[in-house]
Amino acid sequence: MNKILEKEFFSKNVVQIVLEAPEIAKSRKPGHFVIIKMGKKGERIPLTIASADAAKGTITLVVQKVGVTSAKLAELEVGDSITDVVGPLGEATHIENVGTVLCAGGGVGVAPLLPIVEGFKKAGNRVVTILAARTKDLVILEEQMRAFSDEVIVMTDDGSYGKKGLVTAGMEEVIDREKVNLSVVIGPAVMMKFAALTTKKYNIETYASLNTIMVDGTGMCGACRVSVGGKTKFVCVDGPEFDAHKVDFDEMLSRLGAYKDQELKDYENFLKLQTA
Amino acid sequence: MEDIVAYLKAERGQDWRADLRKSMKAKERTSKLRVKMPEEDPNTRNTNNVEVNTGLSVEQAVLEAQRCLDCPDPTCMQGCPVGINIPKFIKKIETEDFLGAASVLKETNGLPAVCGRVCPQEKQCESTCFYTVKMKKIPVAIGYLERFAADFERDSGQMAIPETGDSNKIKVGIVGSGPAGLAAAGDLAKFGYDVTVFEALHEIGGVLKYGIPEFRLPNDIVDVEINNLKKMGVNFRINFIVGKTASFDDLKADGYQAFFVGSGAGLPRFMNIPGENYNGIFSSNEYLTRVNLMNAADPEYDTPVISGKNVAVIGGGNTAMDSVRTAKRLGAERSMIIYRRSEAEMPARVEEVIHAKEEGIEFMNLHNPLEYYADENGRVNSMKIQKMELGEPDASGRRRPVPIPGSEFIVDVDTVVVSVGVSPNPLIPASMPDLEVTDWGTIVVDKDSMQSSIPELFAGGDIVRGGATVILAMGDGRKAAAGMHAYIQEKVKAN
Ligand SMILES: Cc1cc2nc3c(=O)[nH]c(=O)nc-3n(C[C@H](O)[C@H](O)[C@H](O)COP(=O)(O)OP(=O)(O)OC[C@H]3O[C@@H](n4cnc5c(N)ncnc54)[C@H](O)[C@@H]3O)c2cc1C
Ligand SMILES: Cc1cc2nc3c(=O)[nH]c(=O)nc-3n(C[C@H](O)[C@H](O)[C@H](O)COP(=O)(O)OP(=O)(O)OC[C@H]3O[C@@H](n4cnc5c(N)ncnc54)[C@H](O)[C@@H]3O)c2cc1C
Ligand code: SF4
Ligand code: SF4
Ligand code: FES
Repeated sequence: MNKILEKEFFSKNVVQIVLEAPEIAKSRKPGHFVIIKMGKKGERIPLTIASADAAKGTITLVVQKVGVTSAKLAELEVGDSITDVVGPLGEATHIENVGTVLCAGGGVGVAPLLPIVEGFKKAGNRVVTILAARTKDLVILEEQMRAFSDEVIVMTDDGSYGKKGLVTAGMEEVIDREKVNLSVVIGPAVMMKFAALTTKKYNIETYASLNTIMVDGTGMCGACRVSVGGKTKFVCVDGPEFDAHKVDFDEMLSRLGAYKDQELKDYENFLKLQTA
Repeated sequence: MEDIVAYLKAERGQDWRADLRKSMKAKERTSKLRVKMPEEDPNTRNTNNVEVNTGLSVEQAVLEAQRCLDCPDPTCMQGCPVGINIPKFIKKIETEDFLGAASVLKETNGLPAVCGRVCPQEKQCESTCFYTVKMKKIPVAIGYLERFAADFERDSGQMAIPETGDSNKIKVGIVGSGPAGLAAAGDLAKFGYDVTVFEALHEIGGVLKYGIPEFRLPNDIVDVEINNLKKMGVNFRINFIVGKTASFDDLKADGYQAFFVGSGAGLPRFMNIPGENYNGIFSSNEYLTRVNLMNAADPEYDTPVISGKNVAVIGGGNTAMDSVRTAKRLGAERSMIIYRRSEAEMPARVEEVIHAKEEGIEFMNLHNPLEYYADENGRVNSMKIQKMELGEPDASGRRRPVPIPGSEFIVDVDTVVVSVGVSPNPLIPASMPDLEVTDWGTIVVDKDSMQSSIPELFAGGDIVRGGATVILAMGDGRKAAAGMHAYIQEKVKAN
């Protein structure tokens, strides 16, 4: 059992949870994720370890409510426990000193980006971070990002905070003015697709962390498969990070929608039950 | 070997067995017909999840036991990978000492209720029975009788828990809770070790839980066996991935002296043909896991599953049969097997193929998929299939399927389950660069002790054999337990 020790809402739909998980806290590295399941009837969903404290034996998750399971998770209170937490899963981010790293996070993708920003900074890189969101209220983790970035640029679609424009506009601004050696992009699949097209134009090596649908997270089912450079890869064991210029984002987008109708119905039912 | 022959002879020579043999003429025994396993009605059972075979009655079991000739050279035993004393347990059934029969099974097989249900008996014990080999008759129903005795013991409420030796307080770790790991855990507990089984998933049992469906192997039966291990003092840690949650070095630092790796062959293979990543196309592992482990078909549970109208399952093994019959149970109008060889080459248990046919499964044997097509949402809607014929035998001795040019045609499908085999789970080898593995990814071990290139690490089951069977995995687990015991005793003496 993994007890929730702290909980804080960053916005209406984004919540940070600090969880007891001593073994995972000790073993995890930036880029790793966990799979959680709540109760006998729950489903297994993957969540990135945003940060961890090995001494205290805790891991931190940042969760965006998008469907039944993430909404149930957001409802748990301090003192409650999550039945199943397994990890750390995936390959850790390959972090070294390369010079200047441009990190771009969109939406809740900012959470998984945090440990990577931290890692690159600690390895001696210059780190420029772009935080993109639809609107001001959805910008998260800005303060934490500033602690590990040389510069943070905030972009909002509606211009309610930071600069107005998409994440790609912010990226081009940085690329135009300074040499970028590596880029890491995490966010919704559409955002990663266009971010990858942008850096491709300038031939900048780019990693994307993919958030496909998963079941076991151990390479056993193939639900998480994507095409990378024309080959089928399993995100949970081969990734989650891949060369963004080789990922077939259109296929990934389509696969993410596989259960959409069913999930939407479940979520509506769940919301109805809540308000009933 | 000689010991076994002498032991069998002595056992067979006991008065009760000799008397029993005399009580009925051999001719009378061989003239009896093999029992028929009572089954659920095919047209009802293909809409629910209840177990298909309902089990022999006491009368049926005794009658079937009478068919066994209690041979002086019981060739049946050569076909059983764990060498169950088959005539002895069957003769116990004939004398209606059913608990006695169960205890004979337990001498060499920790999971008889499971093996009686899922062993491919027609390739193992029953294929080498005197009836099959010498008389060209239908063999004694060894599997049914094994299941009967095990079920009888469980239902009696008098299940014997194997005795464990004095605790030696030495910690050993088991990686994976499939049949290989469970068998190793049982024996190591008997030897007196402090055993902990680490399992990556949230349920114990490996393929027995997430793969083989309820209608063939109810989870309750597996749970009873797991509870027995718990009663013997075996510890279980679920949600724990060795090599990830903690490394072997972490565990060694924590006092573990040796390990058994039974991590299975979990990595599904795909065919790498165009369109294979469309929505609605699953590996059999994903399909079965969603339904068996996550209960996706039950609306009360949160995990979704796609249940199609026209379902094609690619392959001819047990996994393919389980998938196609599951699809039918989820409401498919058409559930098809697409298999590139002919029925004679199918690796699935014969009984499952028969059951599948009874349930209305269509078989497209000598057919092979070439490409998938999808609608505008990326959901598969049809596939191109090619007809095959059998050519010369290949390395496996089976006749090689050869495509027939110009025979391609299109079939409408909205769900496809790819069931063309699995590769060894790479998690453990990836976390241990020094471990010797084959090009194929299986762990290399000494075939007697099951010791790997890393002295304190033993391995068995599908991670060593590639895809195999439950009973072979268990046999490996037991061999490895003996190997580990010898290794640790040696180490203790040296210190
Ligand atoms: C390696 C990895 C790391 C992740 N890290 C985080 C994280 O740190 N924080 C976080 O909030 N989320 C993260 N995700 C995404 C998270 O797993 C999904 O949001 C979650 O599974 C949704 O479950 P649900 O039951 O709430 O919604 P569902 O009912 O399953 O889905 C609701 C809607 O969301 C869409 N959806 C489903 N799965 C995903 C997905 N994986 N990504 C994007 N959209 C999806 C569906 O198309 C559907 O329309 C990660 C995913 C992966 C693979
Ligand atoms: C659908 C299906 C039907 C089958 N039908 C039959 C049948 O009728 N008869 C028959 O004899 N055989 C059948 N088989 C084959 C049989 O199930 C396998 O040969 C057998 O289960 C192998 O046992 P195992 O213990 O080696 O591995 P598994 O049963 O695969 O168990 C391995 C376990 O290890 C866990 N694991 C892996 N890595 C780690 C790690 N690093 N840390 C912790 N845990 C880990 C996995 O999660 C899994 O639970 C079938 C297989 C399938 C998939
Ligand atoms: S364990 Fe399997 S092979 Fe051995 S006797 Fe039983 S059914 Fe036959
Ligand atoms: S070979 Fe057949 S008849 Fe002979 S002992 Fe074995 S099961 Fe009985
Ligand atoms: S989630 Fe099952 S293989 Fe990746």
